[in-house]
Amino acid sequence: MQIYLPIAEVSVNVFLLFGLGGLVGVLSGMFGVGGGFLITPLLFFMGIPPAVAVATGANQIVASSVSGVLAHLKRKTVDLRMGTVLLAGGLVGAALGVYVFNLLKQVGQVDLLVRICYVVFLGIIGSLMFFESLRALRRSKRGGPPKRRHHGWVHGLPLKMRFRTSGLYISAIPPVMVGLSVGVLSAIMGVGGGFIMVPAMIYLLGMPTKVVVGTSLFQIIFVTAFTTMLHAVTNYTVDILLALVLLIGGVIGAQFGTAFGTRLKAEQLRILLASLVLLVCGKLALDLFLTPADLYELGAQ
Amino acid sequence: MIRLLLLLLAITALPARAEEVVMGLSKDRVSITADFDGSEILIFGAVKRETAIRTDPPLEVIVTVSGPVTPVTVWRKARRFGIWVNTDAVEIDAAPSFYAVATSGPWSEVISEVEDLRHKVSVNRAIRSVGAPMNITDSQSFTEALIRLRESRALYQQRPVTVSFNESTLFDTQISMPANIVEGTYTVRVLLTRGGRVVSQYSSELEVGKVGLERWLYNLSRNQPPLYGLLALVIAIAAGWGASAAFRALRSG
Repeated sequence: MQIYLPIAEVSVNVFLLFGLGGLVGVLSGMFGVGGGFLITPLLFFMGIPPAVAVATGANQIVASSVSGVLAHLKRKTVDLRMGTVLLAGGLVGAALGVYVFNLLKQVGQVDLLVRICYVVFLGIIGSLMFFESLRALRRSKRGGPPKRRHHGWVHGLPLKMRFRTSGLYISAIPPVMVGLSVGVLSAIMGVGGGFIMVPAMIYLLGMPTKVVVGTSLFQIIFVTAFTTMLHAVTNYTVDILLALVLLIGGVIGAQFGTAFGTRLKAEQLRILLASLVLLVCGKLALDLFLTPADLYELGAQ
Repeated sequence: MIRLLLLLLAITALPARAEEVVMGLSKDRVSITADFDGSEILIFGAVKRETAIRTDPPLEVIVTVSGPVTPVTVWRKARRFGIWVNTDAVEIDAAPSFYAVATSGPWSEVISEVEDLRHKVSVNRAIRSVGAPMNITDSQSFTEALIRLRESRALYQQRPVTVSFNESTLFDTQISMPANIVEGTYTVRVLLTRGGRVVSQYSSELEVGKVGLERWLYNLSRNQPPLYGLLALVIAIAAGWGASAAFRALRSG
């Protein structure tokens, strides 16, 4: 069954879209990533114009994140205080990112830059996370005592705040900085930023893995809502019909994902996410290096 | 009296139109609904004449359907520092978003080069590209790429010998429009040719437009973008909350 999308102005298969939304929803619930890094390239592949794919992707992430956060709230695995601090940085960062994006657009080659951004960030984060979790998994198998969280420079900063849910007493500066940089990147790359946020929370802030997912989703809702509004008002590229089909699949998938996520061990969860990130990174890198099928392409009209 | 004479003179001085073409469409409006999956249009017509049928050289028919004309940028990639980068761009000034041309005979027999140029019949002629940047010497290959890319998506169609033409009088052909067409006023042309020269032509318009929900959403997104954005967010949040509530009910019930 085909559906004609009023803003994208193309006709696509409903079930394919529904399945895509569902897949991303499962990931969202399991890992706390919005899935933007996956949904946006897949939408391009289906023939949806890039501008519409980015904007609508953001809108769909709002839905799956709301669904995921509600499930996590019930389980009390959302650090609202930490989420708010991250968000404060995130919104400033997103505004800054949009400014940088428009600056780059004037120079040209923004497409390429976005793609290189993807390859670099996905590559670094994916491999860091993969090896770290592999080591952690081996350690827990040997049955040795888990290493104590070391107190680095992060703990020497002023403006200390108590984050009860995370069991942390640290300065508000690192979370704000994390939120800010993720905000910048998410505006440039057109994603929620969960795949950067999750490892940053684990490794930089030392938050326990079980609250990371819910807190990340909480902050993603607001950043992507902000991005959706921005795209709707400036570029008119949000396709409600496309978002609706994707999000029906997405919200259902997110519920299943959350249920799966609680059954897996934290290290296994991290290895899975790392492999997925590396897979997408590899695909994007190949596209940059391999000779394209057609050297010519049509610009956006 | 003199005036009447002049009028008479004017009428007789008009070149006698030996053959004239008239045309009709199976529909004058293509509605894009939510389940739109392309459309078939039947184009039919007849040759009106007052003299006997001349068959040498034979009469031929060309039918063209053209979508709204817009500028298009065509990019070409090249390898820089090991990766593929868009390096050259040519702005094609005017290219139809959709273009189909059907003929009653082989292309070389139905129209001459000169007449093609004058009436802009073939896809190549329908595209207008004037100024390529100084550093690009092969701007023709960009036009070819545009045609190739749009042909692969069925937006450009060259269909020789698909017009059935009976007794040099009645003709009909079917043009299929793909699902990815854009809105606007489409022009349908019929050209009657003899020995490669156009002897008569007729054109008509075809409206392609969104209707119902598609129309409403599109207009809202353009006329009231903040409201549209909010609607998108409300739907997203409601769907997220709805799914969560439904699953909770499912588990507890």
